[in-house]
Amino acid sequence: MREVAVIGVGMNRWGELWEKSHRTIWTEAALEAIADAGVDRVDAMYVGCMSGGLFVGQEHLGAMLADQLGMGPIPGTRVESACASGGLAFRQACLAVASGAHDIVLATGVEKMTDVDGGAATYALSTAADQEYECYHGITFPGLYAMMARDHMHRHGTTRQQLAAVAVKNHAHGVLNPLAQFPMKVTAEQVMESVMVADPLRILDCSPITDGAAAAVVVPLDMARQLSKQPPVRVAASAHATDALALHDRADLSWLASTAKAAELAYKQAGVGPKDLSFCEVHDCFTIAEIMVIEALGLAERGKGGAAAASGLTALGGKIPVNPSGGLKSKGHPVGATGVAQIRETVLQLRGACGQRQVKNASRGLTQNMGGTGASTVVHILERA
Amino acid sequence: MEVGIVGYGAYVPRHRIKVEEIAKVWGADAPSYKKGLMLREKSVPTPDQDTITMSVEAARHAVRRAGIDPALIGAIYVGSESHPYAVKPSGTVVAEALGATPEIHCADMEFACKAGSEGMFVALSLVKAGQMPYALGIGADTSQGAPGDALEYSASAGAAAYIFGREKIVAVCEDTYAYMTDTPDFWRREYQFYPRHAGRYTGEPAYFKHVLSCARGLMAKSKTTPADFRWAVFHQPNGKFPMRAAQELGFSKEKVEQGWLSPTLGNTYSGSSPMGLSAILDVAKPGDRILMVSYGSGAGSDGFIWRVTDHITAVQGLAPHTRAQLEDRPIYIDYGTYAKYRGKIRKLAE
Amino acid sequence: MIGSARYWREIPQRYRYEAAKCAKCGRVAFPPRLVCAGCRGREFTPVKLAQTGVVETFTVIHVAPTGFGDETPYAVGIVKLDDGVRVTAQITDCETGKLAIGDRVKLEFRRLQQDGESGIICYGYKFVPAIG
Repeated sequence: MREVAVIGVGMNRWGELWEKSHRTIWTEAALEAIADAGVDRVDAMYVGCMSGGLFVGQEHLGAMLADQLGMGPIPGTRVESACASGGLAFRQACLAVASGAHDIVLATGVEKMTDVDGGAATYALSTAADQEYECYHGITFPGLYAMMARDHMHRHGTTRQQLAAVAVKNHAHGVLNPLAQFPMKVTAEQVMESVMVADPLRILDCSPITDGAAAAVVVPLDMARQLSKQPPVRVAASAHATDALALHDRADLSWLASTAKAAELAYKQAGVGPKDLSFCEVHDCFTIAEIMVIEALGLAERGKGGAAAASGLTALGGKIPVNPSGGLKSKGHPVGATGVAQIRETVLQLRGACGQRQVKNASRGLTQNMGGTGASTVVHILERA
Repeated sequence: MEVGIVGYGAYVPRHRIKVEEIAKVWGADAPSYKKGLMLREKSVPTPDQDTITMSVEAARHAVRRAGIDPALIGAIYVGSESHPYAVKPSGTVVAEALGATPEIHCADMEFACKAGSEGMFVALSLVKAGQMPYALGIGADTSQGAPGDALEYSASAGAAAYIFGREKIVAVCEDTYAYMTDTPDFWRREYQFYPRHAGRYTGEPAYFKHVLSCARGLMAKSKTTPADFRWAVFHQPNGKFPMRAAQELGFSKEKVEQGWLSPTLGNTYSGSSPMGLSAILDVAKPGDRILMVSYGSGAGSDGFIWRVTDHITAVQGLAPHTRAQLEDRPIYIDYGTYAKYRGKIRKLAE
Repeated sequence: MIGSARYWREIPQRYRYEAAKCAKCGRVAFPPRLVCAGCRGREFTPVKLAQTGVVETFTVIHVAPTGFGDETPYAVGIVKLDDGVRVTAQITDCETGKLAIGDRVKLEFRRLQQDGESGIICYGYKFVPAIG
C-alpha cells in the first residue's frame, strides 16, 4: 500500500445558503480544493452525502457532481454513512490512492439541508437510526442523544453545566473561524436557558441545520511535492468501525464502542497514542457527544468526559484542544460535509494557517466523524510530512 | 349443554374531563347538568387510543381470565359506532394482536350503543350452536358529542370484552331476549363528524320503551322477577336513565349501583352495559344472577340473564377490575386539551 | 410515510412482541434476525417478550419529526424488559416531569402513527406506568 498525503483543501462559508443549490455549494468547495492543491486534473472523485434524496430530492451524486466539475468521464462515487459520510468518503479516497488505483483523488462532502422544513429535516436525520424500532416510535436524533446524556448523567454524575461547557468552548473557538455558521459566543446560562429540544438537551446543546460542503485532494505521499507547492500532510492512519444501529442494542448506552474501536485501530496504525496528539476535530453533534467522544478517544477517563470538558483541558490553549474550528456546534453541521471539513481544519492547522485559532506547534491531529448514535465512526490521524 | 362467559375484561382510559370544565366553555350551568344527568366527569381517549386499542387491551384481560389459547377463538365481533376505519374491520387488528388469526370469523358490528351487546349476542349464539369452542364479543367506543351539545357531557371512551365457551364458565347464560323497532332518536349520517339526536324524544319513546320492554319481555320469557336477581345493569347514556329504568322495573339501587359507572365514566356507548357487567362480575359471588339490558338508538335492546358460577372467584383477580381502572390515578385535562385530543380544532391540512 | 406492506411485515413484533432466541447462546433478538448478534448462530426458537420492565433512560421530545408534532411534549424511553431485552418506545399516560430512571412500566397497545387523514393507521406498543 502506498502512503497517502493531502495537498489541497476547500470549504465555503457555511450557513443557510438560500441562494445556492446543492450542486453549487459542492462545486465551489471542490474547485477551491483543486486550486489549493494546484493540480490540473483529478483521477477520481468521492462525495459523502447523507441524504440528497430527502433533503433536495437528488441522488446519483457521483455522476452529477463529476459532471458539474467538468470532469465528466472520471469515476464519481457517492458514499453514505449518515453523518459519517464525509469522513468515509475521505477514507475511500485514501484507500483508492493507497491501493494504486488512482493518483489524484478528490474527497468531498456536501449537504443542502435548508430546502425542507424543520419537521422534514428532523425526519431525514432520523433515518440514520433504526426506522422500524426507533423512529417508528417518534424518537429524533436529539432525543437519542438526550437518552445517552441522561444515561451518562445517571451513571457517571455528569452535570448539566458540564454539557453546557462544551457548547461554550466550541462557540468560543467558532468566533475565530470566518467560515463558521454561528460564530458567536454563548454563556453557560444561555445554553441552559435555551429552548428545550429533547430533555435534557436544549437548542444550544445541538448542532445546527446547515448548508455546506468541503473538499480535499489526496495523492500518494511520494508524488505530493512534485504535484503541489503546498506542504504535504501525511495521512498516518485511517480507521473505520461500526456498532449496533439501534441504541437499545448497545451494551452500554453512553459508551461509543465504535469510536473506541476506530481510535484503537488508528493509534496502532500511526504508532501513537492520545498523548501524542496536538489537537482533535471531533463529532460534537450534541454537547454530550463530545463528552463521550473524548472518553472513547482516550483523552479523558471513561465517565470523566464531562469533568474534563469543563476543566479547560480541551479548549484552545489547553492540554489537548478539541474542535479548534468551532466544531459542528458553532461551525455548522451539513451532515455529509462534516467529516471532510474536519480534514480541512486539520490540514490547515498542520500547515500553521489557522490564524487566531491556530493550535501552537501543531504537528499531529486526529479527526473523529460519527454516524447515527455512534453506529459508525471514522477516525483519521494526520501529521506534518 | 350450558354456555356462558369464560373470560371477561374491561379497559378504561386514564384521562378525564369534569362536567364543570365543559360547562364553563359553553356558558352552561354545571350544577344543573350534574344533578339532571347525574354526571360528574367522563373518560377521554388520548389521540393514540381508539376503539381498536381499547378493544385489544380489554380482550387481553379477557384472554388472561379465560386462560385459553387465543388461537381457539373461532369468531370476533367488535361492536362500536367509532370504528377507526370507515372501511376495514377493527376486528382484524384485534384478532391479530391477540394471536387469534387466521382461523377465525370476523365482523364489525354497528347499532349505536347496542353494537357491543350485539357482538356478545352473536358470539354466544355461535358457541351455543356448537360451531366453535370459543367466540369473542367486544363493545368499545370513543364516542363524540358535538361541541356545546348535551352529549358532550357524556360521550366517553371505554371497552369491555367477553369470551364465550362451554368449559370453565364463570357466568352461565340462562336466557336472552331482543326487542327492536325503527325509532329515529339518534343518528349520524355518512361523512358527518358528530351525531344528532332528537332531544327529549330520546327518552320515553326510545330509551325507556326499549329498555323496559326488553327487561320485562326477558323476565316474562324466563319466568323471573326482580327478586330473582342479585344485580342488574342497564345501558347508561347518563347517570339518570339507568337509575330510573331500574326503579320502574322494581330493582333497588343496591342491585344496580355496582354496575352504574356513568357518573364518573360517562357514556361509553357500545362499551356501556358490557362495562357495567364487567364491574359486577369483578365482585359477584357464585350463584348470583344478573340481568343485563343494553340499548342502541335506532332503536333496540338486547337482554341477557347471567348466573355466576363457582369458577368466578378463580378469575376475578387475574386482570384489573373495572372500577379499579376507573379510579386508578385519573389524569384531568382542560377543555383545550380535550378539544385537541378529540380533533375538534381546525388545523392546517396535511 | 409508512406503506401497507412495510407496516404489515412488522405486525408480529408490533402487536404480539414476537422475538427469537438464539439456540446457541440464548440471546434474544427483537425483531428476529437471521444471524445472532452475539454468536453468529443461525438457529432460533420463537419467544414472546416480557411485557413489563424498567426505564433505563428516557427523553421528553419537544421538537418532533413530521407526523408527531401534535403529541409534544412526549416521552420516549429505552426500557429493559423483565427478560433482559431492551426496547425503545414512547412512555405515555405519565407526567413527563416526574418520570425517572428505574420506573416500572408495562406495554400497552396504542396508535403510533397515521398516514395523514386518509392513509393507514399504524398501531403498536407504548409503555405506560405499571400499577403499584
